[in-house]
Amino acid sequence: MTALRRHRRLAAIWASEPGWRGPFSTVNHSDLGRMFLVTAFCFFAIGGLLAMLIRAQLASPQAAFVDADTFSQFFTMHGTIMMFLFAIPAFEGLAIYLLPKMLGTRDLAFPRLTAYGYWCYVFGGGMLIFALLAGLAPQGGWFMYPPLTGPAFAPEINTDFWLIGVTFVEISALAAAVEICVSVLKYRAPGMRLTQMPVFAWYALVTALMILTGFPPLILASVLLELERALGLPFFTPGAGGDSLLWQHLFWMFGHPEVYIIFLPAAGVVSTVLPVMARTPLLGYGWVVGAAVALAFLSFGLWVHHMFTTGLPELGLALFSAASTLVALPTGVQVFAWIGTLWKGRPGLQLPMLYLLGFFGTFVIGGLTGVMVAIVPFDWQVHDTAFVTAHLHYVLFGGFVFPLLAGLYYWLPLFTGRRRFFRVGELACALIFIGFHVTFLAMHWVGLLGQRRRIPSIDADSGWTLINLISSVGGFVLAIGLAMVLVDVLLHALINTRARRNPWESDGLEWAMVTPAPPYNFASLPQVGSRHPLHANPALPLQLARGEGYLGEPREGRRETLLVQAGDGRPEALVVYPGNSRLPITLAAVTGAAFVGVLLKQWWLLALGLSGVVALAWHWAWPARAVAQDAQPVGGDTALPRSESLARPPGWWGSAFLLVADATFFAALLFGYAFLWTVAPNWPPPQWLAPSLPALGLGLGLGLAGAAGAAAGLRWAWRGGRLLSAAGLLALALAWLLLLRQAPAGSSHAYAGALLVLAGFALLHLGLAALMQLRLALAQRRGRLGAARAGALAIATLWTDFAAGVGALGLAVAYLPPLWQ
Amino acid sequence: MALAGCTGALSTLDPAGPAAAAIAELWWVMLGGAVLIFALVMVLLAGAFRQRPPPEADEARLLRVWVGGLGLAFTLTVLLALFAYGLWVGAQLKPAASAQVVQVQAEARRWSWRFRYADRPGYSSENLLHIPAGRPVDVAIRSADVVHSFWVPRLAGKLDATPGHVKVLRIEAAQPGRYAGQSAEFSGPGYLDHRFTVLAHDAAGWQAFLAGEGP
Repeated sequence: MTALRRHRRLAAIWASEPGWRGPFSTVNHSDLGRMFLVTAFCFFAIGGLLAMLIRAQLASPQAAFVDADTFSQFFTMHGTIMMFLFAIPAFEGLAIYLLPKMLGTRDLAFPRLTAYGYWCYVFGGGMLIFALLAGLAPQGGWFMYPPLTGPAFAPEINTDFWLIGVTFVEISALAAAVEICVSVLKYRAPGMRLTQMPVFAWYALVTALMILTGFPPLILASVLLELERALGLPFFTPGAGGDSLLWQHLFWMFGHPEVYIIFLPAAGVVSTVLPVMARTPLLGYGWVVGAAVALAFLSFGLWVHHMFTTGLPELGLALFSAASTLVALPTGVQVFAWIGTLWKGRPGLQLPMLYLLGFFGTFVIGGLTGVMVAIVPFDWQVHDTAFVTAHLHYVLFGGFVFPLLAGLYYWLPLFTGRRRFFRVGELACALIFIGFHVTFLAMHWVGLLGQRRRIPSIDADSGWTLINLISSVGGFVLAIGLAMVLVDVLLHALINTRARRNPWESDGLEWAMVTPAPPYNFASLPQVGSRHPLHANPALPLQLARGEGYLGEPREGRRETLLVQAGDGRPEALVVYPGNSRLPITLAAVTGAAFVGVLLKQWWLLALGLSGVVALAWHWAWPARAVAQDAQPVGGDTALPRSESLARPPGWWGSAFLLVADATFFAALLFGYAFLWTVAPNWPPPQWLAPSLPALGLGLGLGLAGAAGAAAGLRWAWRGGRLLSAAGLLALALAWLLLLRQAPAGSSHAYAGALLVLAGFALLHLGLAALMQLRLALAQRRGRLGAARAGALAIATLWTDFAAGVGALGLAVAYLPPLWQ
Repeated sequence: MALAGCTGALSTLDPAGPAAAAIAELWWVMLGGAVLIFALVMVLLAGAFRQRPPPEADEARLLRVWVGGLGLAFTLTVLLALFAYGLWVGAQLKPAASAQVVQVQAEARRWSWRFRYADRPGYSSENLLHIPAGRPVDVAIRSADVVHSFWVPRLAGKLDATPGHVKVLRIEAAQPGRYAGQSAEFSGPGYLDHRFTVLAHDAAGWQAFLAGEGP
C-alpha cells in the first residue's frame, strides 16, 4: 500500500461527517480541540469586551455610563467568563488537540466523552451569555460570597444562572481531566516511558489531577448554595447554623488551585516552546517536572491566603502565609531552568519567543507581587483593592495569555499547514505588552492609594483620576493588540502559503505528521525510545507514513490505536474506538434540560432530564457486540488482545479517576459538616438526630452489614455473590431511609440540611452502583460481554466499593457525633 | 514617608497611625527587593541573547548554577528572609493588652456603619467613629446582613465584618484629625458610598465626647 493510499483509507475511517453535520457528531480529538479553542477565544473576546466597558466606566469621574447594578454584572461576568469559559477550556482545547499527537497516538481515551464535555461547555456557557444579554447576569462578584448571593439579598434568578451555568461548564472540565489522565498514562506510543514523555504531557497530567481535586469543592459549594436558594436549607445563613465562611473556604479550596490549573498548562507551553526556540533540550527536565508536581501539592495548602482579612487565628495565618510564600520556590526553579535553557542554547527572536519574553516580563512581576500579598500584614492593606486586581492580572495574563499566544503561533503551522505571510503578530505583541503594563502597573498604584476593586465610579477628589485614565488608555491599547492577533490569524487562514513540515525543527512527535494534521494523526504508530524522538530519528515521519510502525494496515473501517503499560509504555492491548455519534450532543442537551429545570425551579423538567440522562448513559455504556477473545495482529509480529478484555480496561481507569473527583467531593462535604459544627454561629442545633438505641443499632447494623455484603459479594465466585451484593446495596439504602425518617426538617438548621445532603450523596451512589450491577447482569445474560466480562465486573466492583464506602462512612458520620453531645 | 503621589485621604502610603506606618514601611522594603529581583531576572534573560561563543555543554554545571543556585538557593533565601520580616512586622502589629485600650463596636449593614462605645453606654453614632488620638482602640466588628469589611487605610489594615462572627481590629491614630474609612467587601448597589469617617479627638475633646458634649 502506498503512503497516499494509506492516507486516503485512514482519512475515510477517521473523518467526521461531511458538511454542517460534522461538528455535531464528531468525536475526533483534533476537531474537538479546535472547536474548544475557537469557542474559548470567542468567550475571551466577550470577556475582553466587558473589560473594555469596565475601563470605560472608570476612565474618569464623569465617565460612568451604566448604573451600579449593571456595572456589577459586568465585573462579575468578566471574571466568570475569563476563568471558567476562557482559561480552563482553552487549556482543555490545547491539551485535547495536542496530547495524542505529542504522545504518538491517534485519539484520546474516550472520544465521545470529549465531545460530551465540549457540548456541556457550549450549553453552560451559552446559559451565562444569555443571562448577560438578557440583563439577568449574576452580580455578586466572581467569587459570589453569600449571604449577598443568598435568597435573602439576591432572590432574583441572576445568581442561579451563575450557580447552574458554572456547574454545567465544570462537567466539561471534569470530563477533560479524566480524559487527560487516562490518555497520558495509557495511550502513548509504544515504548514511550513516563520519563520520556514530552514535558507538556506531564504538565497536562498534573493539571488534570488538580482539576479532579480542585473543582469538586466549588461544585459542592454551588450545590449547597442552590439548595439554600431553592429549598431553604440554611448552609450560609448564620441565624440557622450556617456560615458565610463555609462558602469562602470551599470557594478558595477551588479558587487557589484554579490559579495553578491555569498557570501550569501555560508553563507546559513555555517548557515545550522555549527549548525549541533556543535549539537545545530543556535544562533540568526532572527538576521542572518535580517543580510542577510540587506546585500542585502546595497550591492546595494556600487557599486561606484569600481570607487573611476574615480574622482567622494567628497560627493558621502564619502557616498559610508560609505555604503561600513557599509556593514561589517551585515557580522560581522553573523560571531559572527556562532562563538556563536559553543560556545553554542559541535562542532566536522568532515570534513565539517574543511572546515568551512578554511572559517573563509580566509573570515575574506577578510572582513578586504574589509573594507580597502572601505576607499577611501587607495583605490586610491591599486585599480587595485595585492592587490585588492588578496582581491577579499579572499572574493570569502574564502566566497564561502570553504563553498561550506563544503556543498559538508556535502550533499554528500544525493547525493549518501554512506559514504566516504578514508580520502583524510582532506589532501585536508589542502593543499587548505595552498596553498591558500601562493598564495594570497603574492599577497597583491606585490600589495602594486606597481604590477598592468593584466600585462603579471614582470620585473627582480622590486623587485617582489621572491614574485611572492612564489605566483605561492602556487597556484600549491592549485590546487593539489582541484584535490584531485575531486579524493576523484570519489573514493566515485566508492567504495560502504552504509551510514545510516541522518548521521550527522541533523534536516533538506532533511534528512527525503531515500538516495540517490529519484526523488520524499517524498513518502508523511509532516505537519511541527517546525523549526527543524526531531528533533521534529524523526519518521517522517518512517511516510512519509508509506504514512501518504499528497499526499501519487500516482494517474493517475501525478506528484503532494501542493501549500501553502506564510506566514503561509496553504495548498492552488493541483499542477500537467508537465512530462519529450524535449521542454526546444529545446527552449534553438532556443534561442541560435537567440544569434548566433547577434554574427555573421546574422540578418536572429536572426529573425528566435526569431520567433522560440515565437512559442515554445506559445506551452509551451498552456494549455494541461481544468482544472476541483472540489476540489481533497490530504490526510486525506482535499480536495483542482487545482493550476491553483486560482485567483493568480503559473504562476502569476512567472510573478510577472520576472517583478521585467524587471522593474529593465527599471529603469536601465532610469538611463542610465539621466546619459548620466547630466554627459556625448558632450551634448546637435545636434538635439533634436522636435515634433510640434499637433504631441506632438497626440503622448502623443494616448499613455496615450492607456495605460489607455489597463489597464482598462481587468478589465471590459463587453464583449468589451478585445477589448478595445487590442485597447489600439495598440494605445500605434502607439504613439511609431510616435515618431520613428520624432527621429534623432540612430547613430548620444547617445541621439538618447537611444530613439531607449526606443522605442524597449516599443514595445517589447506591443507585448508581445498583444500575451498574444491573447492566452487568443484563449484558452478560444477553451474551454482550464475551471477553470483556472480567473488565466489566472490575468496573462495577469499583463503583460498588465506592458506594459502600461512602454509604457506611456517611452513616457513621451522621449517627455518631450527636451521641457525644 | 510622604512622597509626592502617595498622599490621599485613603492612601495606605500616607500612614497616620502605627499599624499603617509599619505596613507602609513593609511595602517600601518589599518594593525595593522586588525591583532588584526583577532587574536581575531581566539581566539574566537579556544575557542569553548576547553574542557569545558556542555555549558550553556541561549540563551538570548548568544545573548546579541555574536550578541549584538560582532556582533553589537564591529563591529560598529571599523567601525565608521576607517571611521572617513579615512575621516580625506581624508581631509588631499584634494588639498588646493595655489599660489604655479603648473599646468600641462597629456594626455594618447595607449601607451604613453604626458605632457604639464601651465608655459611653447607650450612645451610638452613624458613619462617624469617635476615637481618642494617641491611644490604641479595639474595634469589635460585626455585620447585620452580608459580608463587609472595616477599613481605614491611613490607620490600619482591614478586617471583615462577617455575619454571625465578631472580630476585633486594633487601630490607632497618632494625631487628632479626620480619617476616611470605607467598607472593602463588595456588598451590592450601594457599595460605593458605604463609607465612614474616623474622628480622632485630642484628650480634652475625647473627655468632652464621653461626657456627652459636642456631636
